[in-house]
Amino acid sequence: MNNEGVIGTQTDVGHVHAAHHDHDGDHHHHHETFISKYIFSMDHKMIAKQFLITGMVWAIIGGLMSVLFRMQLGYPGESFPILETLLGKWAKGGTITPEAYYALVTTHGTVLVFFVLTAGLSGTFANFLIPLQIGARDMASPFMNMLSYWFFFAAGVVMLSSIFVETGPFSGGWTAYPPLSALGSASPGSKTGMDLWLISMALFVVSSLLGGLNYIATILNMRTKGMSMTRLPLTIWALFFTAILGVLSFPVLLSGFILLIFDRNFGTSFYLSDIFIQGVGALPNEGGSAILYQHLFWFLGHPEVYIIILPAMGIVSEVMSTNARKPIFGYMAMLGSLFAIAVLAFVVWAHHMFVSGLNPFLGSFFVLLTLLIAVPSAIKVFNWLTTLWRGNLRFTAGMLYSIGFVSMFISGGLTGIFLGNSALDIHLHDTYFIIAHFHIVMGVAGIFGMYAGIYHWFPKMFGRYLNNTLSYIHFWVTLAGAYLIFWPMHYEGLAGMPRRYYDYSNWESFKQFVGLNQFITIVAIIVFATQLLFLFNFFYSMYKGRKVTSQNPWGSNTLEWTTPINPGHGNWVGEIPEVHRWAYDYGKDGHDYISQTTPVGADESRH
Amino acid sequence: MATTAITTDTKWWGGGKSPFNVEYGKLMMWYFLMSDAFTFGAFLIAYGTIRFSSTGWPDPNEVFQSFPGLGSGLPLMFVSLMTFILIISSVTMVLAVRAGHERNKAAVVKYLFWTIIGGIAFLSCQAWEWHHLHEEGAWWGRNPFVNQDGTASSTNFTNFFFTITGFHGFHVFSGVVINIIMLIMAMTDTFERRGHYLMIEKAGLYWHFVDLVWVFVFTCFYLI
Repeated sequence: MNNEGVIGTQTDVGHVHAAHHDHDGDHHHHHETFISKYIFSMDHKMIAKQFLITGMVWAIIGGLMSVLFRMQLGYPGESFPILETLLGKWAKGGTITPEAYYALVTTHGTVLVFFVLTAGLSGTFANFLIPLQIGARDMASPFMNMLSYWFFFAAGVVMLSSIFVETGPFSGGWTAYPPLSALGSASPGSKTGMDLWLISMALFVVSSLLGGLNYIATILNMRTKGMSMTRLPLTIWALFFTAILGVLSFPVLLSGFILLIFDRNFGTSFYLSDIFIQGVGALPNEGGSAILYQHLFWFLGHPEVYIIILPAMGIVSEVMSTNARKPIFGYMAMLGSLFAIAVLAFVVWAHHMFVSGLNPFLGSFFVLLTLLIAVPSAIKVFNWLTTLWRGNLRFTAGMLYSIGFVSMFISGGLTGIFLGNSALDIHLHDTYFIIAHFHIVMGVAGIFGMYAGIYHWFPKMFGRYLNNTLSYIHFWVTLAGAYLIFWPMHYEGLAGMPRRYYDYSNWESFKQFVGLNQFITIVAIIVFATQLLFLFNFFYSMYKGRKVTSQNPWGSNTLEWTTPINPGHGNWVGEIPEVHRWAYDYGKDGHDYISQTTPVGADESRH
Repeated sequence: MATTAITTDTKWWGGGKSPFNVEYGKLMMWYFLMSDAFTFGAFLIAYGTIRFSSTGWPDPNEVFQSFPGLGSGLPLMFVSLMTFILIISSVTMVLAVRAGHERNKAAVVKYLFWTIIGGIAFLSCQAWEWHHLHEEGAWWGRNPFVNQDGTASSTNFTNFFFTITGFHGFHVFSGVVINIIMLIMAMTDTFERRGHYLMIEKAGLYWHFVDLVWVFVFTCFYLI
């Protein structure tokens, strides 16, 4: 292959590239103000950091909400003066009111799923990694990219403002099922709070669409010379499928929301029929179907969980291979299973609706398709385990979180097999079993993938390292804590303890869980506090952390490590390097690693 | 390796170039249209679901039988005219795109102008039809029409009609705005300076898509 024009990429196989000096960073010469550099930035790296930090703010808000409602669950009826300080009239006398409890649960779910694990995870890493890892100066459209962030920001502002309206934020669960979400008279949270919730989510859909179109176009069109699709790191493949899932499933949610807005404000009855509200009487609405909303919602809702987990899978594959000093096991199988998951994501949504009145015959098809997902999932898990097998493991914090991700994915994935079965689901649906399942397999695993990414790419983002000791404390407490919180919930769920109840102490059958619920609450508080430790580590290290002195501190093959330590807008000084091989030549022919920019030697086998 | 150099030119997916030989904007437009197709698809499937689970539905030949100036008793005549206008505007759009390929500014301006006129004419027709239906007592949450078999109908006939044709009309309106921007850019020589009229092509894709969606909306509400 012709190698002309490749500048600044040495072929010193197996060596860390010499550090470039600071003046290499100012590749671009146009004037930058504070506003254009930090606020309305069009640099994908800055936008990624904006997504990350906004996501972290929301994680703290959403996480704190879970601590608050866990206080009620662990100590029902007991008074905590701090709750009144924080929540005011929503916790008169230090006890959370039922309305506030439901509002907290709802907002916790919405915020964590959409703002943290969607925007915070794929927004951050798609923006940061796509141009850097495919060898592009920026996204296809930096302007749309900036808009994508600001729509997300606006969605956040609207959601935040809904917390402060007099009737409170929406409180009908993050799935916003009608009639509760459609009728303002149904509950206080269904009034203004729900309108703001819908506006916020509509803005979020726009943000996600703008971002997703950009990611797809960038990956397809802007790969550097030699970067064929099968030489892409698995992070990019995962983010590519994530973007496609988002672009094709969010619009269906938007349609569902538009119909809901009409039902709320314009007297239609798309989702409403035969309803009687206490104190209001029978409603005239006729002919609609609440199940219709569930179909529209879950047509997004199920792909949404893969929108969360696929980027985590991609990050884990990359971080794990780098730190095992071994090629990822079964690259094509990894890619194929990502594809299979992305396709299956669209044809399993009704497994969320087995007990909704769905035709059981139709349900049986969804059981089959749902259980099929176990196949690509298992392929991925075994490939991660075989990547670790006999690897030269370096237990960096990113690596630990990657291994933790696999552990969580196995634990949570196995319970998915129970829940995907429509017969078992009759017993398990809407119990703590499902809470345990999706928190482990989507929530915790997604967050673990995000942490793996943050720990791994922090040196690239800020040119400094995070503190190792704090990182290890953070990992071990979070891992142990996550299992201690969610594992016991399986037992509660199998015993029939329903989700979304305000107080279980009135039920004889659940009195056995009083101690367990207190235990879960205590662990949740400890784990939340540990996340604050991570925040401290993050912001402290951003300014005061140990400086990165070599260009490629992890000895990684991918292109982002061929840029200067603090890359400017445009990423590479001089020309963009050409790519000659896949991203996973670790431990090949006696070399520790071979960068993607190194031409294939005459005595090497090709990939 | 040196021996593989010959094949470089045909490696569309090998990086360094667009695999489909298009700029990113057109790629984004295609993906956006796929996304928008899912939006409309969701609406129409929702409509189908509700309609087929209802006991009856009004007859479109009874509902849509008026023509401005000619009175009633002309089933589907007016909507046929609307559809014809929209399809003709697609034809003029094709001509505008072709003129853009030929870098013929005068022809681009001419055909864009007629496309915009077609779009505005369609929207005006829709406005008349909505107004007429409103006069008859139809609106969101209000349905004066009875089912084909004479039984009382739920409001979902009008609910879906106004929501979905309104959403489509909003798309046509956006298309008209986009086309007006294209017209201004063409008239101020923006595309001449760029050396290509690719923006017109992207606007054209959107316009044809909106047209295609109308075919489905038309079929679902007026024919079936």
